[in-house]
Amino acid sequence: MKKLALSALNAFYSKISETKTLIAPIESAGQVDFGVWSEGAQVRLDVLKTVKSAKGAFFPQVEDMVRFHVQGKNIEIDPAEVMDEDFVIFGVRACDARSFELLDRVFLSDPVDPFYAARRAHGTVVTLACGEPEETCFCTNFGIDAADPKGDVSAWIVGEAMYLRANTEKGEALIEGLDDAEDGAVGETQASIRAIAEKLPFGRLNLTGFDGDHLMERFSDPKWAELSRACLGCGTCTFVCPTCQCYDVRDFDTGNGIQRYRCWDSCMYSDFTLMAHGTNRPTQLERFRQRFMHKLVYFPSNNEGLYSCVGCGRCLAKCPQGLHIVKVIKALGVKDNA
Amino acid sequence: MILERVRALMSEGVADRVLGWEAGESAYDRTPAFFNSENLDNLKYDSFCGCNVSKYLVAEMPKEGKIIALIKPCDSYSLNQLCTEHRVNREKVFALGVGCRGKIDVEKLRAMGVKGITDIAEDGDMLKVTTLYGEKTVARRDALLDKCLCCKGKEHKGVDEVIGESEETTVGDKFGMVAKLEAMTPDERFAFWRSELSKCIRCNACRNVCPACSCVKCVFDNPNTGVANKAAADDFEENMFHIIRAFHVAGRCTDCGECSRVCPQGIPLHLLNRKFIKDINELYGDYQAGEEIGQRHPVIDFTKADAEPSVVHQRGGAKA
Amino acid sequence: MSVNEKKDWTPTIVAFCCNWCSYAGADLAGSGRMSYPANVKIIRIPCSCRLNPMFVLRAFQRGADGVILCGCHPGDCHYSTGNYYARRRMTLLFSMLDYLGIERSRTRVEWVSAAEGAKFAATMNDFAKTITELGENKKLGDLRCKE
Repeated sequence: MKKLALSALNAFYSKISETKTLIAPIESAGQVDFGVWSEGAQVRLDVLKTVKSAKGAFFPQVEDMVRFHVQGKNIEIDPAEVMDEDFVIFGVRACDARSFELLDRVFLSDPVDPFYAARRAHGTVVTLACGEPEETCFCTNFGIDAADPKGDVSAWIVGEAMYLRANTEKGEALIEGLDDAEDGAVGETQASIRAIAEKLPFGRLNLTGFDGDHLMERFSDPKWAELSRACLGCGTCTFVCPTCQCYDVRDFDTGNGIQRYRCWDSCMYSDFTLMAHGTNRPTQLERFRQRFMHKLVYFPSNNEGLYSCVGCGRCLAKCPQGLHIVKVIKALGVKDNA
Repeated sequence: MILERVRALMSEGVADRVLGWEAGESAYDRTPAFFNSENLDNLKYDSFCGCNVSKYLVAEMPKEGKIIALIKPCDSYSLNQLCTEHRVNREKVFALGVGCRGKIDVEKLRAMGVKGITDIAEDGDMLKVTTLYGEKTVARRDALLDKCLCCKGKEHKGVDEVIGESEETTVGDKFGMVAKLEAMTPDERFAFWRSELSKCIRCNACRNVCPACSCVKCVFDNPNTGVANKAAADDFEENMFHIIRAFHVAGRCTDCGECSRVCPQGIPLHLLNRKFIKDINELYGDYQAGEEIGQRHPVIDFTKADAEPSVVHQRGGAKA
Repeated sequence: MSVNEKKDWTPTIVAFCCNWCSYAGADLAGSGRMSYPANVKIIRIPCSCRLNPMFVLRAFQRGADGVILCGCHPGDCHYSTGNYYARRRMTLLFSMLDYLGIERSRTRVEWVSAAEGAKFAATMNDFAKTITELGENKKLGDLRCKE
């Protein structure tokens, strides 16, 4: 384990950014989001939930794929280049770190997505333990330990110092040269994080029945109609979610060619998976159901029971109408006696 | 008290269902909800019901029977505007005005550094917040929604009945920030709006929540327009969406402030709407959308003596 | 904003002209052999009030450096009142563009009748001069269209 005084963090960022792009939670116009670090940027390691999750580092909201240049009768095809430079993403929380594993299952299984794969290969993930979990956090339900986040390097803030532990070779290389520290230095901090995690109001949800075996039961539950009624059909939950992975491929006519790009899509939108014959989810009920069925039933039934939710709680904090996955789990799930 | 009155109205046969709010899973989650005589006990009205429910009436109109809608003073303007536009049939709604002394914004508490909120109790002008990290006391007025700081007053406009007391919670001039921006140089204004609008994630929450945005199909949802609707593909797309969104509701926007309340990125979208309201007031005379049913709003009206568009070039503020 | 440094740059101007007055005015300017810049692209619309604000924005997106709307003089609209509505809408739209920090001189409305060929030419010459002085539209363009 290595040690770094918090006052020396800025110099550390500076050193990393000499050779690599550094992405960190940065405050801009009052909001904190992952962005490219430059000298003078306001890094907010105290903010638990960036508005958007860290997934954008590997799966950006908008990404060019190919450009078609049209000249006379000729069309020139110019594919976008995949990332070929190393970068570091700093200050990722345990929940977001888990989301990368979930996204890997989608984008790195056959056929492999070259854009995503290149970013994963070039990225070094530095995670940070959650000093003060919030009431909207519920990662404990998914076997995530906020006190021991994964990633290439795990970090803890204890008092005026940051302790860093490399978990991979990439991580070793990144923190090489920092001062050594005792392995047990973060034990107390970890214990206090876990004690708070035990007290989280949504820390122990009953997920019984959310699996492939009960698919039809969950799907045809009459409660969906009432639950979805207040849903605005906006894409807030989807776009702040670390595990939502649907995207749309669009063509933009530039006047002298076509720019083909992909962008995040939301199953909450009326033109989600719109086809020539129309849509198979004509009302908000079907769209709303799709989102939660995907996360809680379809995904786990295809991925050994792994839920496509990491309990980051962004949707709990951001849904304009207070509709979110915890409400759905509680409404549809087995009634808990506790 | 509200619950009793609603129950009485239902038993009198005034309506067969109710539109209001219900409590969610956390201390502050309030979700718009519909009730009938069976689940009426779940109806909840308190200081967290900031959301404006009037737009939900649009979907209720094709249905049989009458509905009781719980309407805050500021929501009553939206209801009137929807009736003016024939999106809501006033005959099918019993508008029950409910008292309001300003609604609480949990995001503001979070911004003050209050973390892990598990309970919030009101004690006069103070809020007692229980958190995972101990108790905190916060002045109620410091935690009010931004829209409540430009309160339209305690009077309900055109409701059928009022229950409960209201308080006006206005602080300062509602056009203060607009005027401040107008006084900046164009480059400063440009920088301000770039920094704000570049946060936009195109979730469309501002549009979907807006009671004035009641088109059956939005121009931004039509793939044939060539306007990307789910990606802020570049700066232009961001500007275009926000200009057009605000323009489409110009003259009809009651300044209910829902757009800014729902924005996950905290973009002050109401400043775009208020600019139109301020211009309308200055150029075409004071106008408040939704004050009563049947008004003709200034953007679908004219006088022969209207100012020429060149007035924009001649007005104050730094020159471009 | 200073004078554009690129020597070979000439502004692209989009002129939306109403079918009944201004388009005929442009015609008259042409047949009268009055000169106005060739980089003024005229788009004919049925009435000045047909101008959707989105058309203005799209013109800027796709490379316009200035957008001008020409319609019948107030009171002379072929449809009686169309231009009165257009007047209010464009006033509000231009004011909003100004509020967002986009140079307010990039947009203009002029009333040009079918008999005013000379006014049309003079207006276009003047507008082109203004836009040339302002320089390229950088604040409201779409980079994807510039490649």
